[in-house]
Amino acid sequence: MATQVQLPLPVLPDGWAGTNNFKASGTLSAPNQRNLEPVGPHFLAHARRKRHKRTFSEDDRIQAQENVKKVEDDDAGEISEPEDPVMLQRDAKDWKNQDHYAVLGLSKYRYRATEDQIKRAHRKKVLRHHPDKKAAAGSDEGDSFFKCIQKATEVLSDPVKRRQFDSVDEAADVEPPSKKQTQKGNFYKLWGPVFRAEGRFSKAQPVPQLGNDKATKEDVEKFYDFWYNFDSWRSFEYQDEDVPDDTESRDQRRHIEKKNMNARKKKKTEDTARLRGLVDQALDLDERIKKFKKEAHAEKNKKRFEKEAAEKKAKEDAQKAKEEEAKLTKEKEESEKADRAAGKKAKEAAKNAAKKNKRVVRAAVKDGNYFYSGGDAPASQIEHALNDADSLITKLDPDELAALTAKLNGKTDGGEITKIFKEESERLVSAGKAQAGEFKSLA
Amino acid sequence: MSGEEEVPPRVAIGISFGNSNSSIAYTTGEGKAEVIANEEGDRQIPSILSYVEGEEFQGTQAKSQLVRNSANTVAYFRDFLGQDFKSIDPTPCHQSAHPKEHETTIAFSIRDSESETPSTVTVSEITTRHLRRLKTSASDFLGKPVTAAVITVPTNCTDAQKEALKIAAAAADLEVLQFINEPTAAVLAYDARPESELSDKITVVADLGGTRSDVAVIASRGGMYSILATAHDYNLGGSQLDQVLMDHFAKEFLKKNKSAGDPRENDRSLAKLKLESEAVKKALSLGASANFSVESLAGGIDYTATVNRSRYELLANKVFASFTRLITGVVEKAGLDVLDIDEIVCSGGTSHTPKIANNLRAAFPESITIYAPATNTSSLNPSELAARGAAIQASLIQEFEKEDVEQSTHPMVTVTPHLRNAIGVLLISGDESKGKFKTILEAETPVPVRRTVHVTTPREGGDVLVKLCEGLREIKVTKPEPKPKAEKADEDDEDDDDDDDEDEETREKVWKVSKPLAEAAVKGVKKGGKIEVQVNVSADLEVVVIAREVGGKNEGVRGVLSKPDVVENGKA
Ligand SMILES: Nc1ncnc2c1ncn2[C@@H]1O[C@H](COP(=O)(O)OP(=O)(O)O)[C@@H](O)[C@H]1O
Repeated sequence: MATQVQLPLPVLPDGWAGTNNFKASGTLSAPNQRNLEPVGPHFLAHARRKRHKRTFSEDDRIQAQENVKKVEDDDAGEISEPEDPVMLQRDAKDWKNQDHYAVLGLSKYRYRATEDQIKRAHRKKVLRHHPDKKAAAGSDEGDSFFKCIQKATEVLSDPVKRRQFDSVDEAADVEPPSKKQTQKGNFYKLWGPVFRAEGRFSKAQPVPQLGNDKATKEDVEKFYDFWYNFDSWRSFEYQDEDVPDDTESRDQRRHIEKKNMNARKKKKTEDTARLRGLVDQALDLDERIKKFKKEAHAEKNKKRFEKEAAEKKAKEDAQKAKEEEAKLTKEKEESEKADRAAGKKAKEAAKNAAKKNKRVVRAAVKDGNYFYSGGDAPASQIEHALNDADSLITKLDPDELAALTAKLNGKTDGGEITKIFKEESERLVSAGKAQAGEFKSLA
Repeated sequence: MSGEEEVPPRVAIGISFGNSNSSIAYTTGEGKAEVIANEEGDRQIPSILSYVEGEEFQGTQAKSQLVRNSANTVAYFRDFLGQDFKSIDPTPCHQSAHPKEHETTIAFSIRDSESETPSTVTVSEITTRHLRRLKTSASDFLGKPVTAAVITVPTNCTDAQKEALKIAAAAADLEVLQFINEPTAAVLAYDARPESELSDKITVVADLGGTRSDVAVIASRGGMYSILATAHDYNLGGSQLDQVLMDHFAKEFLKKNKSAGDPRENDRSLAKLKLESEAVKKALSLGASANFSVESLAGGIDYTATVNRSRYELLANKVFASFTRLITGVVEKAGLDVLDIDEIVCSGGTSHTPKIANNLRAAFPESITIYAPATNTSSLNPSELAARGAAIQASLIQEFEKEDVEQSTHPMVTVTPHLRNAIGVLLISGDESKGKFKTILEAETPVPVRRTVHVTTPREGGDVLVKLCEGLREIKVTKPEPKPKAEKADEDDEDDDDDDDEDEETREKVWKVSKPLAEAAVKGVKKGGKIEVQVNVSADLEVVVIAREVGGKNEGVRGVLSKPDVVENGKA
């Protein structure tokens, strides 16, 4: 039966193309080779299909099993440490002082040992040191070390007890290097393990690591920030003085309990101070801090310099702008002045020219016999002609006057002159500047 | 050969042979697995033999001999079979006959006859005697001689151990049809119920026994099982819980009877203390309180006491926590997230303990079914699961020729490529980042396989895209929105602050396309039409995709994806 899927398939995108409506784009990822459990009706059906009248041999078995994913662990092979003969002589009664990790052969793992490793290490030790086995081997080791093993497992496989032990597991401590050592170089190599070891007490995980000289300022700041606000689970009840059992007086018991409480508190305070001191020391020796300070300083200087330069430039710019403006104003004034002078001159020249032209025109009127043809012109004609000439002149702009002057220049023939004046008067009339018949002398 | 001898048909049962207890089961005519009670009415038969004046006792009777006759009582021997002395842990036998090295094997020195001098009985011989008794009980019940059995073993049982068990069984005239893994038998017991539906799922089987606990993660795909990871703890089981109660009662006893001596320091007192503590523990699985009562516990003093369940749960808190850690640990070991788990099957006697199941309920997401008496009313008896599974398998292969069984369990048949990633189609959008990945074949599905799904189309029908991809499951973690600080009067500020931090982040499974595989176009689908997508994966991982409109006239699209270059546990 097919499963029903309720959400819809996508619409075929425009322009989709494939061969026979199909387009292959990949192959399946390589599979996991696994053993099927040869159990149940569905497997038996599978087996029937797969065998299909075939039989398989031992060689086939080996070949088939070659790449199968393992689901069972090998025995705790990796956990093997030589056993210290002195340790084997330990008295289990003194369990508080035993190195539980060493007893289980986990010295190099310590707080890093996983629960699984502890279980497997325990089993390995039990198989070896069980008193029945020792007796069989004719050894008189007794069950003392076996009890040590049991105690170690009891402590290490109980998360609470394990933390109490890890809190005081000196063998996992990494002593901070001295100032002298550090100053010879190798800051990161020397201090990295110190912080890694201290990090085991952190409630917050993962713990930021020291890093190296390439770390960014942000990372370094985060690192020290973390360590100055370190939240530690370290506690010191493991070092409690034994509280006497019921047989002792209650007061005595109370007294010791109180003493223990105070001792724990004191140790915790000391530990917090110790860590702070350690971080101070590292911070003090950390070249990166100096580098960042220098960089920050340089950056600050650079900024100041830039600011000053900018200010200076702004000032200069302002000055320049001011000067420029002044110059411009001056130039403008001068040119205006020049213009004005030139204008005056031109005007005067024009005026002179006009005057001269007017004179020419007037003279022409006279030369043209006051537009009178035949003999001397009567006085009235002379007067009219002169008046008309004057009125005509007033109606002409300087250019027209100049043009008229040019036409009249050198003309002496009265008819011709009259004709020129006539034409001019007609031009003015047709241009609407004069009325027809206005110039009576030219009529 | 001419003399065609009438070979009587096999009568096969299922046997779970534990360090603490054994069970025998058969399958009824209706195909239902039932556990058989022995003559004493026990369905969990202690794997213990005891000898008194040459008379052999087994089961509960032998167990009670641990007090008076511990030296001639053999218990907790299963794990010694097929091992050498170097590799066994004699610890569970502290209060019974101690194992000894004997030639290349392990033996017990017991007085098993009327003779005063003890004889050396190998673990193989003890096993034979135990199996013979089991076989007799089953034969008596069934009214016909049992001749064969499917026997359950731990997942890390070596070939040498199996071989030794086979020889020991043969000596009891019992043919071992097949050894099957205990956790797989437990899953089979559940899946063979008529009401269970076949579904792809991942099951964690927590087999919590007397002296050890074994956990397995099992992928179930189309009714076929593959073990993804296992974990074993040889120091965690019912005896640790017994010990908690033993210490408790011993201390209570000492408080009242200072001079009587610690019952834990005298063998006989210790044995009594242990037996009664175990009984109290079992009673606390059902009742809210239980009575402890031992005649002459130590120093000739009778002792009675009561303990209630909450007290017990407090005392055993750490042991309970270890069970939870073991189980969550194996999920991690399988490379899975708790959200990948569909069900937890609690198996073994210790799984009756309510607190263990309740702790699992709290540690795993709500969606997971936890099969244990305390968390699920439809759960089967955890002590019977392995035997039932074995009985079901026995009924399936009862008629098989010996060679057929051998060949069917041959690695050439069992070793199978399993899909590394899920295969599915994109819904809503063909864009890998927008489309919704719908699984057709889950990761860890063995091939060859064929699966078909019917998918709806957009409202108008028309041309649709079938885009086949490999998908990866990712876990999306959503942190709770920091609640806006409600403006409230200053005084009640402090009380409320704490609750705010307790908002838990939500985690969910989401699918991401890890690799597009193919695209197919189905054209002209009618309004409201459905598309049938069939994916066939061959044994060498060639894929044939068929997409067609359900009930459509068109014959649809058929395309082939060639097999990957490397067919191994490597990268393709
Ligand atoms: N009802 C119960 N409640 C709690 N523990 C039980 C109960 N029944 C059996 N047990 C415990 O289960 C353990 C035996 O489990 P079993 O699966 O038979 O062990 P094994 O696999 O070692 O043979 C013993 O420690 C026994 O006390």
